[in-house]
Amino acid sequence: MSILVLAEHDNNELNPATLNAVAAAAQIGGDIHILVAGSGCGGVADAAAKVAGVSKVLSADSAEYANGIAENMIPLIMTVIDGYSHLLAPATTYGKNILPGVAALKDVAQISDIIRVDDADTFQRPIYAGNALATVKSGEALKVITVRTTSFEAVAADGGSAAVEAVGATGDAGKTTFGKSELSSSDRPELTSAKIVISGGRGMQDGSNFAMLEKVADKLGAAVGASRAAVDAGFVPNDYQVGQTGKVVAPDLYVAVGISGAIQHLAGMKDSKVIVAINKDEEAPIFQVADYGLVDDLFSAVPQLEGEL
Amino acid sequence: MKILVPVKRVIDYNVKVRVKADQTGVELANVKMAMNPFDEIAVEQAIRLKEAGTATEIVAVSIGPDQSQETIRTALAMGADRGIHVPASHDTEPLAVAKILKALVDKEAPGLVILGKQAIDDDSNQTGQMLSALLGWPQATFASGVEIAGDALKVIREVDGGLEHISSKLPAVITVDLRLNEPRYASLPNIMKAKKKPLDQVSLDDLGVDASQRLTVVKVEEPPAREAGITVASVSELVDKLKNEAKVI
Repeated sequence: MSILVLAEHDNNELNPATLNAVAAAAQIGGDIHILVAGSGCGGVADAAAKVAGVSKVLSADSAEYANGIAENMIPLIMTVIDGYSHLLAPATTYGKNILPGVAALKDVAQISDIIRVDDADTFQRPIYAGNALATVKSGEALKVITVRTTSFEAVAADGGSAAVEAVGATGDAGKTTFGKSELSSSDRPELTSAKIVISGGRGMQDGSNFAMLEKVADKLGAAVGASRAAVDAGFVPNDYQVGQTGKVVAPDLYVAVGISGAIQHLAGMKDSKVIVAINKDEEAPIFQVADYGLVDDLFSAVPQLEGEL
Repeated sequence: MKILVPVKRVIDYNVKVRVKADQTGVELANVKMAMNPFDEIAVEQAIRLKEAGTATEIVAVSIGPDQSQETIRTALAMGADRGIHVPASHDTEPLAVAKILKALVDKEAPGLVILGKQAIDDDSNQTGQMLSALLGWPQATFASGVEIAGDALKVIREVDGGLEHISSKLPAVITVDLRLNEPRYASLPNIMKAKKKPLDQVSLDDLGVDASQRLTVVKVEEPPAREAGITVASVSELVDKLKNEAKVI
């Protein structure tokens, strides 16, 4: 068996989510290759070659791959995919955008967001916002899979010494033009890989009140997240959203502040090791999943928490 | 321009799903069903494009058992013009759905297909991307902003790092994210009118699509339950527990 893992990157750095996908590939077993497609992404290909357990890196360095446009990426993957038994990518917006098109053109089913590898054909994945777990078996010649990164511990970023092989570019499909990114920049850790996450919900009442959470986050080295309600209300940008349709996080400590705990939010954080809920409504469903619940007004509790850390 | 909007009948998002005792799936009998919330946003977007004069006709499609017609009626009550029901199993996989939609696109020749980015039952997030690949059309996934002028399409996408702006040309496939719009409620008169709107049935045979399942569901089970936690009386107690008991700070 040989497995191709699609690397996620920004042309400068390999996104750590790739290391979680490689970890899932290692559990499947077989030769692991990484495809790095980008523009001016030689450094990323070199980094991918050092990833533990990887035996080959395919590098496609051409302008049309600069921004991960699916209509350009899919033809490239189609030119290299023959002979592989599995195609994996992290279940991020990047992987989710690209992989289904490959599955469709290869006429195979895709298995999204796996959380467990049973064997080379059988995988577990959450359905219904994680309220049920389905074990599915695929008889397809090519298994196309996206990997929930929080369910697989990242492999080491170094220790490997794979060969880098250049692959020919497939050209611009001319279907979609990239305009610009509006990416949030922050000195805090990235939400999906942070050890500690502190999230605010509708109870925060206003975007400016998130400053309280940021102060706590800075003391703990934590990332700041939010519930859908807080994002919909415009308190914080969309990339803060934790939940079924936002980001899935599983930190060592998750602190939910003023979040009621709708199942759609729980879907994104209930695999956290320790969950703390701070909410003045003692009936809030978030308390049912919390290891430590504090029934209190967040506007007094959060500053006090900051003071005691 | 015609817009095709696929709508899926799923368990209502407020319902707590229960796994069947025999672990073959989740309990669907006597459970409140509704239109997939992302599909409501897709329908709303299509209606707004029609109201803006960009679109002329909205065709709502549902693939599934007979009750899927109720979901189509909901779309018609919101403002879609006519419906197509493709009778099929509830468990039709995304690849088969994409093939069915491709066959309908070949027949109906819409300029745009707008879909929800994922269905809240199987959470696959595949159908729109698969459809665009099968059609060879541009794809604009996870849209939180859509602008159309002539055949020029501009979309703002919600991605993990923030937002991304892309431009493209029609015909195209758009999958919508939560913040694109707030779907309208159907008014009672519109619900009544929807009953008279045309709703055709097209069979898998008519479309020439093999919708058989590719994946075998071995087992469906409940996720492991979290052990009950404790209530702390004060912030000081919380900090103490986190430091000395959970040892996470």
